[in-house]
Amino acid sequence: MAGIKLDTLTKSYGDTQVLHHIDAEIEDGEFVVIVGPSGCGKSTLLRMVAGLESVTSGNVHIGDKRVNDLEPADRDIAMVFQNYALYPHMSVRDNMAYGLKIRKLSKAEIDRRVNEAAEILEIGQYLDRKPRQLSGGQRQRVAMGRAIVRDPQVFLFDEPLSNLDAKLRVQMRLEIRKLQKRLGVTSIFVTHDQVEAMTLGDRLMVLNGGYVEQFGTPIELYERPASIFVAGFIGSPSMNFLSGAANAGQVTLSNGTTIATGSTASGEVLLGVRPEHLKPEENGPFKMTIEMLEHLGGVTLLHGVLDGTDTQIVASLNGITDHQVGDQVSFAAKQSHLHLFDAKSEKRIEE
Amino acid sequence: MVENRPFLAILSHLILILGVAMVALPVWITFVGASHEAERMLQTPIPMWPGDQFFVNLKQTFWGSGLTGTSIAPVWMMMFNSLLMALMIAFGKIAISLLSAFAIVYFKFPFRMGFFWMIFITLMLPVEVRILPTFEVVADLGMLNSYWGLTIPLIASATATFMFRQVFLTIPDEMLESARIDGAGPMRFFWDILIPLSRTNIAALFVILFIYGWNQYLWPLLITTDADMSTIVVSIKQMLEAAEQSPEWNIIMMIALLAMVPPIFVVIAMQKLFVQGLTETDK
Ligand SMILES: Nc1ncnc2c1ncn2[C@@H]1O[C@H](COP(=O)(O)OP(=O)(O)OP(=O)(O)O)[C@@H](O)[C@H]1O
Ligand SMILES: [Mg+2]
Repeated sequence: MAGIKLDTLTKSYGDTQVLHHIDAEIEDGEFVVIVGPSGCGKSTLLRMVAGLESVTSGNVHIGDKRVNDLEPADRDIAMVFQNYALYPHMSVRDNMAYGLKIRKLSKAEIDRRVNEAAEILEIGQYLDRKPRQLSGGQRQRVAMGRAIVRDPQVFLFDEPLSNLDAKLRVQMRLEIRKLQKRLGVTSIFVTHDQVEAMTLGDRLMVLNGGYVEQFGTPIELYERPASIFVAGFIGSPSMNFLSGAANAGQVTLSNGTTIATGSTASGEVLLGVRPEHLKPEENGPFKMTIEMLEHLGGVTLLHGVLDGTDTQIVASLNGITDHQVGDQVSFAAKQSHLHLFDAKSEKRIEE
Repeated sequence: MVENRPFLAILSHLILILGVAMVALPVWITFVGASHEAERMLQTPIPMWPGDQFFVNLKQTFWGSGLTGTSIAPVWMMMFNSLLMALMIAFGKIAISLLSAFAIVYFKFPFRMGFFWMIFITLMLPVEVRILPTFEVVADLGMLNSYWGLTIPLIASATATFMFRQVFLTIPDEMLESARIDGAGPMRFFWDILIPLSRTNIAALFVILFIYGWNQYLWPLLITTDADMSTIVVSIKQMLEAAEQSPEWNIIMMIALLAMVPPIFVVIAMQKLFVQGLTETDK
């Protein structure tokens, strides 16, 4: 088993730099999720760890070995691709055994490992089928099986669930999580789905435009987002941002309302508050007129504009409420649920 | 077209039958001619129905001296020569173009596209165009009257290289990447992944190239002077000349018939793969 260390890693294609100074230490056995919008460099970073993409500068360590110049096969990793990349002309068994055959393992050992993986993943009855005779979920399992049989130091996943339907995705997500805990293999999982990221990862690395915005546990990211980007990215529906001016422990919103924050910050700020932290309260500071209601069953989303401004805000209330479009509602939020960000740098202002 | 009018159905069938008849009639006459005695073929009108001499003629043509009064090789030898030439051309072309397409698609080397276009440009240079210099080269290498001389100058193939390039480009990059993670080197990837994935295309190309090789005329005519090296397609033409003196039409027709057999056999044997190879795009 081994941890992974990324040391001022950068990547450029010609003149365009797509990853900037990535520093990270991933513990042995940890499950790290790299999350971010499309094109932010997630796959590139993962592929650099895999050895499929060259390193422009910096170092990648797996265990205590610097692997920059090693071929993927020599890095002791296994990768699961978004389209599974199963060999279409080989049976499921051969797909899983191919890498082992190349490594010249004995026939008995190969059989043992393949059967063991097939049992873990419950694909025993498909071993002699071709990939095209399997459903998407089953192919996904085979791709996992191919990774497991190799008994690697590191699992790398590049959006392996995005080709599955919503229900199967949730199910496979749990299975991957359980499997990883059971095998205890250090894993990096790339996704652009923040729910997937929050549920899977021990820690999340949020990437944006090739920069690491924040690297921490899901709870840290939720409770103390380091930037407006992370705050907006994590949580659904995403955080409300209200512009205002901070002064002496309070923020004056653009409609004149003042809200106590307990922060010593001053100057132009954005005040962030999550929809689920807005509670209806008479004379609460956040007043809005409801423009649209969304009943999701468990929660009701109230959409509207903050009175006296043109800032959209969303509130999420438990259960089914009897609000009507056009109602005026006031909300308040606990001081500990308020986030302050510098309007210019978009970074969090610490209390 | 899901129209269901009897008139249209009859018309389209008539047209199809007419087309089939136009293609099949000469073949039928060849077959009929090959099944009569030599004398019968000289009387008018020429027979339209098969006679009873087919197997006699077959035996005489294939194993006997063939046409009397000519100095050509026995027919089985000509067929063997043709077969060997067609196979060497087909396999040679496939092997070379698979390897060049592999190099062009999967390796980064200086002037890669330059090489690709150079190969592509040879489309404009079939043997017929470069026949004199090519003959000179083959003669200087001492390959006249040899199987190598017959086949090597025809082996380079831009069309096949281009086709395999297209096939390889449809194979997702992840296939190469997962093979790399599995530890497969380039040649291993080529054998274990690329060749099986191009199987149907190889088969389709084999059919086309086998027939191309089998039907070669000008080049074999030029470089084989030895009767033992002559191919069947070339010989048919020579026999027509010989027919001026001793018109053994039954034997000539039988040879023509024999010349058709291997291509037909290849097409029928590979039919399924052939169609798959030309139509399926999914990898
Ligand atoms: N071979 C390449 N040459 C030039 N630029 C590239 C190349 N590969 C990727 N890029 C660029 O690098 C950036 C990061 O790409 P990457 O594939 O890592 O994004 P991603 O975060 O995985 O996105 P997605 O969620 O859509 O998969 C993109 O802006 C992309 O345009
Ligand atoms: Mg990606």
